Amino acid sequence: MNNHEWASPIATSLPKEGYFKLEEGRYGPVFPQTPANYGFTVIAKVKPGREEAIREYGKVIEEAVKGSPSVLAPLKLHYLRWVLFDVGSGLHFMYQGIFDTDFDKYVEDAIALFNSTGITTVFVNLEGWPEDWRTNVDAVTRFFREHQRPSFLEYGEYPYVSADEVKKALKLKAAFSEMLDQMQ
Amino acid sequence: MLELDDIQHYLLTRPQASIARYNFITFRNAQSGRKWLETLLEVIGTVNSVNAGSATDMRWVTVAFTFNGLRKLGVDEDSLSTFPEAFKQGMAARAAMLGDTGENHPDHWEDKITSPDLHAAVILFARDRDECERCIQKHQEYMDQHPGVEILSTVHLEATPPFDYVHEHFGYRDRITTPAIEGTDIQATPGSLPPSKPGEFFLGYPDETGVIPKMPQPEALTRNGSFLGYRKIQEHVGKFRDFLKANGTTEEEQELIAAKLMGRWRKSGAPLVLCPHKDDRELGFDDQRNNNFDYEKMDPHGYACPLGSHIRRMNVRDNKVSQIMNRRLIIRRGGTYGPALPEDAPEDGANRGIAVFGGCADITRQFEFLLSVWSTDPEFQELNEKDPFIGNHDGTFDMTIPKRPIKKKLKNIPAFTTTKGGAYFFLPGIKGLRYLISLK
Repeated sequence: MNNHEWASPIATSLPKEGYFKLEEGRYGPVFPQTPANYGFTVIAKVKPGREEAIREYGKVIEEAVKGSPSVLAPLKLHYLRWVLFDVGSGLHFMYQGIFDTDFDKYVEDAIALFNSTGITTVFVNLEGWPEDWRTNVDAVTRFFREHQRPSFLEYGEYPYVSADEVKKALKLKAAFSEMLDQMQ
Repeated sequence: MLELDDIQHYLLTRPQASIARYNFITFRNAQSGRKWLETLLEVIGTVNSVNAGSATDMRWVTVAFTFNGLRKLGVDEDSLSTFPEAFKQGMAARAAMLGDTGENHPDHWEDKITSPDLHAAVILFARDRDECERCIQKHQEYMDQHPGVEILSTVHLEATPPFDYVHEHFGYRDRITTPAIEGTDIQATPGSLPPSKPGEFFLGYPDETGVIPKMPQPEALTRNGSFLGYRKIQEHVGKFRDFLKANGTTEEEQELIAAKLMGRWRKSGAPLVLCPHKDDRELGFDDQRNNNFDYEKMDPHGYACPLGSHIRRMNVRDNKVSQIMNRRLIIRRGGTYGPALPEDAPEDGANRGIAVFGGCADITRQFEFLLSVWSTDPEFQELNEKDPFIGNHDGTFDMTIPKRPIKKKLKNIPAFTTTKGGAYFFLPGIKGLRYLISLK
């Protein structure tokens, strides 16, 4: 990020496809960085009777991150949100993530981490999730692409700032406070 | 478990060769292609035959095919459709994603490597020039017997002086690190990843997920095979030396800059993490020590080895960057082409560089990931930089050298290299070759 680009909020509207110019990644088109960085919104229907199984896994993931705080570090995440809702045609699941790298780049890391942290257990309760997800990266990528709903508008209060930069700034602030204490 | 009497030797042996030749081949028709392959079969080495071979019995020939080559030899469309997308498309079609833009674009590639008529690569190794001449002559005889098979182009590789250690034209010592694989005699050295499951490199075996991934069909063709990503990379040696001189006044300073770009000292390969200030030749040549380091604990800020140096990008050794480092490995094979540029000679414009094959089981997850993410993605480690050597530079990127109290920037990294060729090949086992010969 250059200079003080972060100081001024930016909103960017996006075309229907979710990108301005078709750019191919390893597994298909890649989505651009917006003022709210990279991200996705995946919406899929929950298999009948699986709501409890999904809700229970909230706890599992909570424990996985508690036990190993850097477990998801390779995905360069800011935030993940898991939402269940019924739109009248049955229970749906929404998985929304904001991160600092295009999904295409670390998709294999994501699948491996889904497996090791139990996140996949949520996905196996969704309709259309490929049976051979462990070995079939193409099929998993296809699932995400088919269920991805690109934003038509994204806003950043501090645009394009990465999670690492936020953490660096907070560390610096803490270090300065510490330094000022030591100067007393 | 690995069928070493079926797997071609190329990715698992290191013949004592100082010369190699890549012949890129086209088949005018299927029948002559299959006949030619049948004649060639007796000299194609397996891991076992090469390891057992005496000095006079050197079956060091390797043969691999493009997607068009498999089709030309008669593999049916249903089977072809089961091959991975990257292999089907070919490397040139994936140029934008791989960073092959501008001067590196496939439009400028050499050796007719992007021709749809490129069907196969034959790799010949030779111990010395006499042996090389004999092999070339012999291969020409094979070709003469099969007029429907022609050599599209040739790349001649030869070690460059000084000959006491393996290096490329910039002078960096090479072949220090290679993946260890279960079931082979390539041992993991201290500090390296544990041995990989064979399925990371050879089709038909469990990979790091513990299962055998689905193979392209038919298995008679693909079992014991690997995919190869080929790259021919021109090295601008004069420009590289000028850059070192512009950024370092003494020879020591220049060597340090060269080491910071790579992450290892040029002449010994000693890692900066273990000897940040001065080269240590003994350490560099000691396999028990020259990989025995990490970044996360020993050099988290990159004060010794910059975060953006070549080895720290290509082999990240850091769980925070990737927890599946063992799924991003390739086996590198290759060498230098073109004349050496003598020390102190000005750039002569000659075409020199490296021509290498990266072997793996999954082109996209392994080979393409390394190029498109770890080498050319400016977001790598938040650096807004690219790999100093293979990052398709145009002079607009810098390289950060972490240093106390304030980091140093190497400004406007020029293109030290230009991609001059690339293609994907499938390297079958011997049974796979027999399957191709048997096609009607």
